[in-house]
Amino acid sequence: MADLRTNFAGIESPNPFWLASGPPTNTYGQVAKAFDQGWGGAVWKTIGEPIINVFSRYGSVDLGQNRMMGFNNIELISDRPIVENLKEIAEVKRNYPKHAVIASLMVESKRETWHQIVKQTEDTGADGIELNFGCPHGMSERGMGSAVGQVPDYTCQIVEWVKEVATIPVIVKLTPNVTDITYIARAAVKGGADALSLINTINSIVGVDLTTFEPQPSVAGKSSHGGYCGPAVKPIALHLVSAVAGDPSVKIPISGIGGIATWHDAAEFITLGAGTLQVCTAVMHYGFRIVEDLIDGLSNWMDERGFRTLDEIRGRALPRVTKWEELDLNYHLLAHIDQDKCIKCELCWTACEDGAHQAIRRLDRETGNGKRGPVVEIIEEACVGCNLCAAVCPVQDCITMRQVPNRYAAVNWKQYSAGKGQLAPRSEQFHTAAWASSRK
Amino acid sequence: MGRGEWFAPVPERATVLTDAQLAANFADIAPPLSNDAALLEANKCLFCHDAPCTIACPTHIDVPAFIKKIATGNLRGSARVILDANPFGHSCARACPVEVLCEGACVLNERDEQPIKIALLQRHATDYVLEKKLKLFEPGKPTGKRVAIIGAGPAGLACTRDLRCAGHAVTVFEAKPQPGGLNTYGIAEYKLKADVALAEVQDILDLGVELKSGVTVGRDIPFEQVLAEYDAVFVGIGLGATKALGIPGEDLPGVVDALSFIEHLKTHPYRDTRIGKRVVVIGAGNTAIDAVTQAKRLGAAEATIVYRRGESDMSCYHYEYELAKRDGCGFRFQAAPQRIVANGSGAVSGVEVRTPSGSETIPCDMVIVAIGQGERGEFAWPPDHPRVFTGGDCANGGAEIVNAAAEGVTAAKRIHEMLGGIVR
Repeated sequence: MADLRTNFAGIESPNPFWLASGPPTNTYGQVAKAFDQGWGGAVWKTIGEPIINVFSRYGSVDLGQNRMMGFNNIELISDRPIVENLKEIAEVKRNYPKHAVIASLMVESKRETWHQIVKQTEDTGADGIELNFGCPHGMSERGMGSAVGQVPDYTCQIVEWVKEVATIPVIVKLTPNVTDITYIARAAVKGGADALSLINTINSIVGVDLTTFEPQPSVAGKSSHGGYCGPAVKPIALHLVSAVAGDPSVKIPISGIGGIATWHDAAEFITLGAGTLQVCTAVMHYGFRIVEDLIDGLSNWMDERGFRTLDEIRGRALPRVTKWEELDLNYHLLAHIDQDKCIKCELCWTACEDGAHQAIRRLDRETGNGKRGPVVEIIEEACVGCNLCAAVCPVQDCITMRQVPNRYAAVNWKQYSAGKGQLAPRSEQFHTAAWASSRK
Repeated sequence: MGRGEWFAPVPERATVLTDAQLAANFADIAPPLSNDAALLEANKCLFCHDAPCTIACPTHIDVPAFIKKIATGNLRGSARVILDANPFGHSCARACPVEVLCEGACVLNERDEQPIKIALLQRHATDYVLEKKLKLFEPGKPTGKRVAIIGAGPAGLACTRDLRCAGHAVTVFEAKPQPGGLNTYGIAEYKLKADVALAEVQDILDLGVELKSGVTVGRDIPFEQVLAEYDAVFVGIGLGATKALGIPGEDLPGVVDALSFIEHLKTHPYRDTRIGKRVVVIGAGNTAIDAVTQAKRLGAAEATIVYRRGESDMSCYHYEYELAKRDGCGFRFQAAPQRIVANGSGAVSGVEVRTPSGSETIPCDMVIVAIGQGERGEFAWPPDHPRVFTGGDCANGGAEIVNAAAEGVTAAKRIHEMLGGIVR
């Protein structure tokens, strides 16, 4: 069985699955229960001067019958007194010494205030500190959270203050609500951060009630932008993790956050450079029990692929993330329809015809090759291998993209625009008005 | 055959079930979907292009379009798509043989999955219209043209709906006291109840239709007079009485025809339809199944189909056969009725049949004859008259509601065209 033990910037945990700072890590009872069920670590719900929350805090986006495809919240940091939180952190650490316990902190931007809270936190025996520079709602209006994380200088400054007194690893949690996250990441590194975690939630309004015209989640008829998370944000998080992990001036560990709900998601984050994985929305949806399959699935996949440790997969996909201008223009694909698997829904035809490159031909259902014969076929000379048909096809492996070998050497845009290399003949010539009329 | 007198004394009557049991036995065989279930199902639809379900439907309802509208919460729009194509969308949602039409054509069958529950989704959308009493259609601007519809069944009223929307004045002649044709009088009670059939009809009549019920054309008023008084005539009179068996004993008390039996059941409280303890149904079409299952559901101890040919020769749909078997009905194949046998007091006591192994008498207290309907004979209409149109059972020999509706809609187009209108 694969070894999932993790050492993240010096913080050890039995597996890379941590609860992200949020409602699931609000109390001793929750975190202890999560550890009992197998979670490797937990980032405590952000501690600071206690706040008052509104009622009605979460908004949800469904996709068809799937609930909570996207999720947002306007909940602030912990509403419990600092001492109470710290006491419970100490108790958890005492009772679960092998698990990672991280305190998430957010206080006003004063050096003394940060010094004080860091010292108090260290007294609990916590394994690390996460600086919440990401929360986009509410606290940012008070000059904290993403108000800090959106300005490189502020980020650097506060990390420096924290590092003046901290003896345990300091993780800086980054907001995605910036133009280029690598600037903030570099500022955190400059300030002395031991690790980064990303992404925090994305600014959002999840919807509007069309009966009452109240934006959601509604608080007495009004709402405010909240932090968006859940499966919908995973691709954004994967991109930002890869951007930070691939930045040569950021050489510190990254804890991946954003829509992780399955071991598959987790593995993707790891291959793009994440050291640990933080999960919140999926737990809010299904409970702590999901960690069982996170561990089991990741471990089985690693065993099947012959990977023994997480280090063997970490960052494995990262070198393959490149600039567009370095992609091979002579790599040609062609869609292939497995007619035995085709169920004749013609979704590929509609998609290609209206939404792509008019490279699928419809055969008449009745008079084609009989009722069970093919009803769609690829027009090979027009197909640009864009993947859309494969994406819309409801049957697994019915439409596959196959490489069309050619005798031309690889050439990317950088080379080609500099006059080097030669383009293999391609199908764009078919996408003309004349071609369109000839098909009618 | 003792037509309509089947409730005459039979030697042994079935015990009358309690009202609660009867209500349960005749409850909807396919209960409506909850809102959640409908959304779940609607979201499963792939939204096929040139969808096979739409092609399979005789009225060509744009099935993916109406299902997508359910998924987006646009039930009014969904019902409009359905009813626009098929004025009998309510009854078709309940009584259509979808297994051999839209659902049978669903591409998910090719993926070895259950097809989308199109009938139940159609019911979900159309029930909303009934429940909210929405009026989705309006009469068109009056054209001054008058059309006579003979027969207020699905064919005639489908034709009526579209003619009214086109602005033509419509008079409907109906022999029965109530409109709706077999929808009101002849569909198995567990599929379609008369109140739904009548509500559906009322929606059409509310477009401003003159209904002359209890008037039989060809008896109470000559067909020629109707043809002379109206600009066009649509004949949708359905079929006539059940055919005779042509064997001795078929006029005994206790021998009834299936349509009279079902009509009695549908127009009286369940407990007033008294049946024999042991019932034999002669015939193996869909009406025979309706008769045998409903006899069983009324409380018959034994209800048995007696059929002269074999299992694979039955003209009923396979799923109807399965339903009858689930209901505990019996089947006697290769048993050709020779004679209906009476007991000492002159009532039915059995059916003598010829089987491959010789003659045999199947004992019973009641015989229901369901070997198909003959044509009606009240009047004949000229086959190629430019102002005479037909549709439904009298034109197609007996088919489904959806076929009648499709033919009524098509006829309305032709009539509209003939009257100088532009067909969309």
